[in-house]
Amino acid sequence: MRSHLFLLVLFAMFVSLVFAVIARDNAREQIKLGGLMFAGFLASAIVLSWLMYPFPL
Amino acid sequence: MRATAADETQSGALVLLCVAAWAIPGAGHLWLGRRNKGLVFLIALPLMFAIGLALRGRLFPFDLSDPLVALAALADFGIGLTYFIAAGLGYGAGDVRAVTYEYGNAFLIVAGLLNVLVVIDAYDVALGRK
Repeated sequence: MRSHLFLLVLFAMFVSLVFAVIARDNAREQIKLGGLMFAGFLASAIVLSWLMYPFPL
Repeated sequence: MRATAADETQSGALVLLCVAAWAIPGAGHLWLGRRNKGLVFLIALPLMFAIGLALRGRLFPFDLSDPLVALAALADFGIGLTYFIAAGLGYGAGDVRAVTYEYGNAFLIVAGLLNVLVVIDAYDVALGRK
């Protein structure tokens, strides 16, 4: 479990799951909101990582 | 205006509900009959916390001289009994040399904070706001 991407996906999955279950009562809406949040987490992480790419540490 | 016995009983039950919901993730929702939600929280939050420990994250001590450490400890504490079980079994020492140390901390802290949100949600459900 040392892959950054795998841990990022795992983290996004847990957070999206809990937020979706808290925010919606209907299973279909929970899946929709959870999927959107999960995709948003992944997309924003990948976009941010590419934006940081030109800046060396 | 004095509180009636019924009001006091209700507020006592609410406090008990919140303590149960904090101590065991999902217990508040299970108590209120929201079985599916309760089961999701009961599985997901301790699992997230356990992954944080497996990634060699640290259970931060309540060190008020370092405000960020104290805040992290407060967030860790949000997971309830799981925190004490893990600490009692000797987990959560943290290994700052591990590549996954910061990831572990993120999992531990966020699991605790999510459980606090779950407690607030259970409180809202109990009051009939949801």
